[in-house]
Amino acid sequence: MFNIAAIAIVLAAFLILYRAIKGPMMYDRALAINIIGTKTVVILALIGFIYKRPHFLDIALVYALINFIATFAILKYIERDRLD
Amino acid sequence: MNITTIITAIFLTIGCFFSVVAAIGVVRFPDFYSRMHPAGKNDTLGQTLILIGLIIYEGFSFVSIKLLLIIIFIFIANPTATHAIAKAAYLAGLKPWEKEEKK
Repeated sequence: MFNIAAIAIVLAAFLILYRAIKGPMMYDRALAINIIGTKTVVILALIGFIYKRPHFLDIALVYALINFIATFAILKYIERDRLD
Repeated sequence: MNITTIITAIFLTIGCFFSVVAAIGVVRFPDFYSRMHPAGKNDTLGQTLILIGLIIYEGFSFVSIKLLLIIIFIFIANPTATHAIAKAAYLAGLKPWEKEEKK
């Protein structure tokens, strides 16, 4: 049950990877990277349930935080060409 | 097969449906601003449904509290990030898409 859901989410992430590669502007790519990151959180939680290791949920929580910060870092770099 | 597994399977199915529909929408929509729509709402709902299904499967324990924390954070952070991307694109001067025959 969990592995079928994980396969479906991975297929959706590959569909969005098309937009991240082809997307005509930088903002499309930033949006696609944000969606792929949030799908990765769900994939990590599902992996923790597939292999019966609940420690993967900590990784998922930290990945959600890093993904949120990374989106804003990418936007700031696009807007001002520097990160300070 | 007990009732908890069936409810979990239903939640996982609906969540996977919303996630795949969000991916198709991001690939197929014609404009950047219309691509924000499946990214901001559909994706958040799909992930929340999948994680709620995992909570129901687990029952009340420390694991389900961690899952609840992930749900709350994603529910706050994902629309915020989408809104930030939209505002950055708008301030950069990106025009919304129109039909060609209107011009």
